Amino acid sequence: MAAEDTDVPQLSYPLEIPKLKCGAMADSSPYAASSAHQADLGFPGELLPDWKQRALAKIKELAETNRAFQVYLDACVKCGACTDKCHYFIGTGDPKNMPVARQDLLRSVYRRYFTFAGKYFPWLVGARDLTKEVLDEWYSYYHQCSQCRRCSVFCPFGIDTAEISMAAREIMDVVGKGQKYCNEIIGKVHNIGNNLGLQEKALRATLEDLEEEIEEDTGVSVRLPLDEKGADILLVTPSADFFAEPHIEGLIGYAKVFHEAGASWTISSYASEAANFGLFIGSHENMQKVALRIRKAAQDLGVKRIIFGECGHAWRVAYSFLDTLAGPWDFLDPNFPVPQHICEFTWNEIRKGTLNIDKSQNDHIKLTFHDSCNVARASGMGEEMGGQFEIPRNILKAVCNHFYDMPRDTIMESTLCCGGGGGLLTDELMDLRVKGASPRMTALKEVTEEHGVTHMAAICAICKTQFSKVMPKFGYDMDSILSVHQLVSNAIVLAGQDGVDDENVKEASVTN
Amino acid sequence: MLGTVYAVLFYAATAVLLFGLVVKAWTYGRIPAPLRIPTAPAPKTRAGVFWRMVREVAFFESLYKSNKWIWLFGWTFHMSLWLVLARHLRYFTQPVWGWVELVQPFGTYAAFTMMLGLAGLWARRVVVERIRYISSPSDHLMLALLFGIAVSGAMMRFVAHTDIVAVKSFMLGLMRFRIGDLPPDPTLMVHLFLVAVLMMVFPVSKLLHAPGVFFSPSRNQVDNSREKRHVAPWSAKLES
Repeated sequence: MAAEDTDVPQLSYPLEIPKLKCGAMADSSPYAASSAHQADLGFPGELLPDWKQRALAKIKELAETNRAFQVYLDACVKCGACTDKCHYFIGTGDPKNMPVARQDLLRSVYRRYFTFAGKYFPWLVGARDLTKEVLDEWYSYYHQCSQCRRCSVFCPFGIDTAEISMAAREIMDVVGKGQKYCNEIIGKVHNIGNNLGLQEKALRATLEDLEEEIEEDTGVSVRLPLDEKGADILLVTPSADFFAEPHIEGLIGYAKVFHEAGASWTISSYASEAANFGLFIGSHENMQKVALRIRKAAQDLGVKRIIFGECGHAWRVAYSFLDTLAGPWDFLDPNFPVPQHICEFTWNEIRKGTLNIDKSQNDHIKLTFHDSCNVARASGMGEEMGGQFEIPRNILKAVCNHFYDMPRDTIMESTLCCGGGGGLLTDELMDLRVKGASPRMTALKEVTEEHGVTHMAAICAICKTQFSKVMPKFGYDMDSILSVHQLVSNAIVLAGQDGVDDENVKEASVTN
Repeated sequence: MLGTVYAVLFYAATAVLLFGLVVKAWTYGRIPAPLRIPTAPAPKTRAGVFWRMVREVAFFESLYKSNKWIWLFGWTFHMSLWLVLARHLRYFTQPVWGWVELVQPFGTYAAFTMMLGLAGLWARRVVVERIRYISSPSDHLMLALLFGIAVSGAMMRFVAHTDIVAVKSFMLGLMRFRIGDLPPDPTLMVHLFLVAVLMMVFPVSKLLHAPGVFFSPSRNQVDNSREKRHVAPWSAKLES
């Protein structure tokens, strides 16, 4: 469905639970991966004749190798606690977008073939045969889950629909029914090194342009080094930071922070991507292959630390899985956690007082912060529990005078997904994306009405792209979404910087 | 005759329950979980996880955050069930333990709060559109089974007393592999039969949520993935 056809849901805060609209999103389905995209990832190019046997074999394998998969499929009591928690359900009213119903699409098949009750009393426990129709239903509805884990926060057993949705996508991949958007991108990382397919030469030119831009703006030469052997820090950042708005303003922010901190750092052209879409398709092999590029880059460049830029799911893979996937990291400096988040670095520098900050540079902005799902519910930051909520807010409050949080039940661990995560950030799913964003937009409107909030900051490349696309549909400018380090960049006064006059400030905010 | 039938039934039910749960728990414990997936923010220490689990199973913390009605009915039912179960220990111990004596008055009236909780959960399953949508026949049957157990039990306590001394001597006998006689009381027959059914469906139904919650990676994992390396044999094999 084209974006123009989307009827933008008009919700109000507190968010209401919609009436069920059965089949409302049954036609939503992303483009299928071509056989070439599938081949790059080691998956069959088209639906295999024996797909059913292979799918069942994969389910068996998952049940035996992934504890979460079996426990979550067994433990659900259908209590209904999760039913009103998914942003796609709130935005669409389609009952199959209720987390439990989404899990049941797969659970019903698992029960039929692998449990006593389902084998002998399928009608009693809602078990069903695996058919082509079921497979198509999986393809549609497991691509209406952004794997944001909001449901798992509210489940009395912690059942995480993201795990089921990843498993379902992996099952579909191994029988030859892959999704174009994710698989094409993963192929580019395997072959070139980043999601965009940006070659080393183009990347170098981009970074040089940015260096010139910063020098023009500030009069200070700030470097963005590429492939510099012997640097202390390897910065791994989403490739969107190299070209997209407002991401690129965040990259300028990291460069300024490193510059002021006197840090020796580099970007790698070999591992020029923080994102790891292997997560979204539940493929351990692909996720590991992507992660191992970072290990190789770190070893080849001889760095001592690894720092990740603003990217939500990348930070999940980095914080929670990197050691499992690509460790041990015993060749790095043991005095620093592996890896670190750029926000941890920046907040530390702010606390040390290394950065000269002029908060008034952000006075034209009334700001709120969108907790990105994978950072909020699947990772951590700093030493303390909940640091992933505190540290970005601490930074924002240190560089911005006007900060207001959105309602408590829509932030931190209860944050509402942007609607574009989990491998859904593709144009053919725009209808779903707009509807999925509507709960977040509703919470934003609440603080706009109450405090006059004009902008929202985020630390996730997907959130930023998604919001710049969907915010105009909710009455906000596309540049109302900002990078956290963009605000840092605005406020930093570099050592030796030209006098900051009003025009510069204005220009900086307009280009943002 | 009746005693023999019920003795066989209970031996079978006990065997199915224990064997089923041990196999399931052993299976859950054996399956690797190399990737750290605790729902964040998660505790940074084992002790922290222990307390998170305690809050989860004793107070249903996540459910409380989610939905106050489901929490109220669900928590009332489960806690009442514990009291009722504790009270029933008197039929399996001689002499009766002191704390079981203490629980006795609470345990008897807990039958009513148990029914109240079940009724609330059942009503939601019928009345609330979303929960009706996700309910299977087995979800209703499970509530019916528990309700039947509660009603038949309360009947014997508050309406028509059964020969409880005879029941107790039957149960004490069973535990020593001596099969005695049961009073031919229809309410008792129904009560014991439903309990045996519950024991047998436990390991093959959604009642697996009871052991499952302790094995749930999103709740039982420590947030220490940057400090400690976690690998499983199958994931280590993939490393080149």
